Amino acid sequence: MIKNILNLGDAALYCDFGSDVNQEINSNVIKYFYHIKKLNLKGITNLTPSYNKLIISYDLNIHSFLSLKKKIENIEIKENNKLEKNLIEIPVCCDNNFALDIKRVENKLKLKSEIILEKFFSKNYFCYMTGFVAGMPFLGDLEKDMRLKRLETPRVKVPKGSVGITEQFCNIYTFETPGGWNILGNTPQNIFDTSNQSNPNLVNPGDTIKFYRITLDQYNEIKR
Amino acid sequence: MKSKDRNYFKILRAGINTTYQDLGRNNLYHIGIPFSGAMDKRNFQLLNSLLQNDYNSPVIEFAYQGPHLKYFGKDIFFCISGNVSFKIITKEGVIDGNSYQCYLLKNGDEVDIHSTNKSVYGYFSINGTFGVDYYWGSCSINTQAQIGPNNGNKFSKDLEIEIIDINNSFNKRKLDYLGSTIENIRVIKGTNYDYFSESSQNKFFKESFKITKLSDRMGMRLEGPKIENIVDPNIKSEGLVKGVIQITSAGDPIIMLSDHGTIGGYPKIATVISADYDRLVQLTPGSNIKFKDVSLEDAETLYKLYQMETNNIISQIK
Repeated sequence: MIKNILNLGDAALYCDFGSDVNQEINSNVIKYFYHIKKLNLKGITNLTPSYNKLIISYDLNIHSFLSLKKKIENIEIKENNKLEKNLIEIPVCCDNNFALDIKRVENKLKLKSEIILEKFFSKNYFCYMTGFVAGMPFLGDLEKDMRLKRLETPRVKVPKGSVGITEQFCNIYTFETPGGWNILGNTPQNIFDTSNQSNPNLVNPGDTIKFYRITLDQYNEIKR
Repeated sequence: MKSKDRNYFKILRAGINTTYQDLGRNNLYHIGIPFSGAMDKRNFQLLNSLLQNDYNSPVIEFAYQGPHLKYFGKDIFFCISGNVSFKIITKEGVIDGNSYQCYLLKNGDEVDIHSTNKSVYGYFSINGTFGVDYYWGSCSINTQAQIGPNNGNKFSKDLEIEIIDINNSFNKRKLDYLGSTIENIRVIKGTNYDYFSESSQNKFFKESFKITKLSDRMGMRLEGPKIENIVDPNIKSEGLVKGVIQITSAGDPIIMLSDHGTIGGYPKIATVISADYDRLVQLTPGSNIKFKDVSLEDAETLYKLYQMETNNIISQIK
């Protein structure tokens, strides 16, 4: 399933699963990720799964590129190796104070805001990967008529909890951070929990997300 | 604990980006948490060796200007690594301190760390253990994700730094070491090297780049000839590692450092080799650097040599 293994610098393997972004390729990446993680190989210092790549960082004192590459190439993953998938429901409030880019999205997609939100909430989303900042999930896929580009000028500060869309993807900002996604709402739910060290992420690669809409009163109730 | 039993520093001036650091946290990229850890690992290692602490003991890292600390408690030794100017203020008077030497502090003495010289990071620690909390096995403070002791924030004035243990079997030691600097940064070509025009590829290795002020523990932004992308200014977002050089849409290089975002969507032109990382991060804004292309095999050998050199320096501690 790995098409090619290159080096990324002198202390990481760059495992290429293809150039397309789809759930089939990504599920292969995630299978390898969980499998290698479980092996608990000495000297592996990080595993970074993404849409169609898996990067394996290693301690140069323990491995060289060629020896580790051989080890990874020899890993066999059974086709019926099922992914553990959780369904997670996440509340989102689309009050005007939170839906920072709804006007822009209306203009770009040429759809009324109620239709946009109806379409957004009617689908389940697959988690391709988490990262960039701690716990941020990259979810997909949006319907073709819901796809638009990032903001021309990214925001310096996107509020924590913001739910945004760009291209075929949506995400949740787990921290206040700069960002350019189109913001449709905000979740009161904590997506990344620093105090939970064994499992800080609410959403993990392979999970399915169902967003449901809440009112401002419900939002404030959950926040309290 | 009664205040007379406590050993602690009070921060009279916090300095710039002063934080606890150790070797950092592993195996968390997949949830978006970077390694963090001391930027200059060699100076981190030298400091703990000089103080005869455990190799992964917490130290205090600062950038450009260090903290001014006042000590309260029983006698203790401290040491500073890096190219650092500092003063020790005692009842007997004020003396200039030297890096890589251990000094005694008595109750009421002060250490005023003015600046790092022609470098960015310096390190301070004691013959003992700071009272820190551990997050995923590390006490490194990542201010961007607010992970680590002090609620993941850098130090501020009036904060008190607790010392929970003092090593009484400590032998005062020192090291004659001037540090080592570097102008040519050695790199391995990146996975998107062919995204850039041939003339830009040549410029990348022939011309020099200036380190800008937009540099911190997350990354180092460079300025120089624009690197022309002939394929696509973006790639499908994928994992990053320390030392990766991405080219932004504007054509400028940005080098990922210890607190970097774990995923990125700019093409990777090259990656800094592990042997040159400690010296790269010590280069100050305004410095000019040139990139030199090396093979993977050479990079692996150069790293071994760099480690041997570090061990050799440690063996000279007397």
